[in-house]
Amino acid sequence: MSSLINGMTLVLCVTMIGAALVAIRDKRLPIAILASGLVSLIASILFLVLAAPDVAMTEAAIGSGLTTFLFFFVLARVRGGEQDGADHD
Amino acid sequence: MDGILALLGGILLVAGTTFLLLGGLGLVRMPDVFNRIQAGTKATTLGTLLSLAGIACLQPAWATKLLLIGLFILFTNPISSQVLARAAHRIGTEKSPLTSVDRLAEDQGNTP
Amino acid sequence: MVDMLIYLAATLAGLALLLALYRFIKGPSTADRVIAFDVLTIIGITAIGLVALIEQRGIYLDVALVYALLSFLGVIVIARYLERGL
Repeated sequence: MSSLINGMTLVLCVTMIGAALVAIRDKRLPIAILASGLVSLIASILFLVLAAPDVAMTEAAIGSGLTTFLFFFVLARVRGGEQDGADHD
Repeated sequence: MDGILALLGGILLVAGTTFLLLGGLGLVRMPDVFNRIQAGTKATTLGTLLSLAGIACLQPAWATKLLLIGLFILFTNPISSQVLARAAHRIGTEKSPLTSVDRLAEDQGNTP
Repeated sequence: MVDMLIYLAATLAGLALLLALYRFIKGPSTADRVIAFDVLTIIGITAIGLVALIEQRGIYLDVALVYALLSFLGVIVIARYLERGL
């Protein structure tokens, strides 16, 4: 069964790297926030594979849940600054 | 008897993940946002419920916790897909050219 | 026999994960990516169940319970943001 765990870890790591590339390269802020939430989601499953369910639960509640909600609330407050951010670089 | 339950659990697990794969395939192949919501949410809800039932057959001691997870998914997933479809319709996401009828826009008074 | 079926199930779930990731990277609009995020969360719940089944640890399912609650709240918040109601 350990080869199965290794294969699942490989697929999860590929997904995590893809989401991280989207988070870095996309200019639109809501999509970057979604991608960073996806990185946290996969990281939580990887913590679970590493036999740390308490860390995985904290990552799921705070990294994937609370941080994403907080970013969207702040983005709704400062809406209009989005074009400002897209003009740089 | 125990072997039959384990075999049933494995078959349910494979059936559930097959539905997950079909949902992912629909997510890639469908032409616009509303069709993707349809394919993605319904197929994956059924797939997850079947997978959880398979795990419950393989490990009968976890059945109550798995039942709780399944109930949460069964209640919350259609609500989230409906809210998302309403938001996508309200911000005017463009529909596929094959779309021939839009009852929500007709109800709101602006015929397409 | 059952081990073979678990291998097959994990392979199918991994393929579904990669297909949803393709839609997340490619998807032209924000709504497409939100759908892909939702589907990835649901596939993640199944993956957590599979990990718990392989490692024979029932405590892992608590994380899946947290996910089942959080994906709902996340999609509601994002949909409210998209329709300018937040």
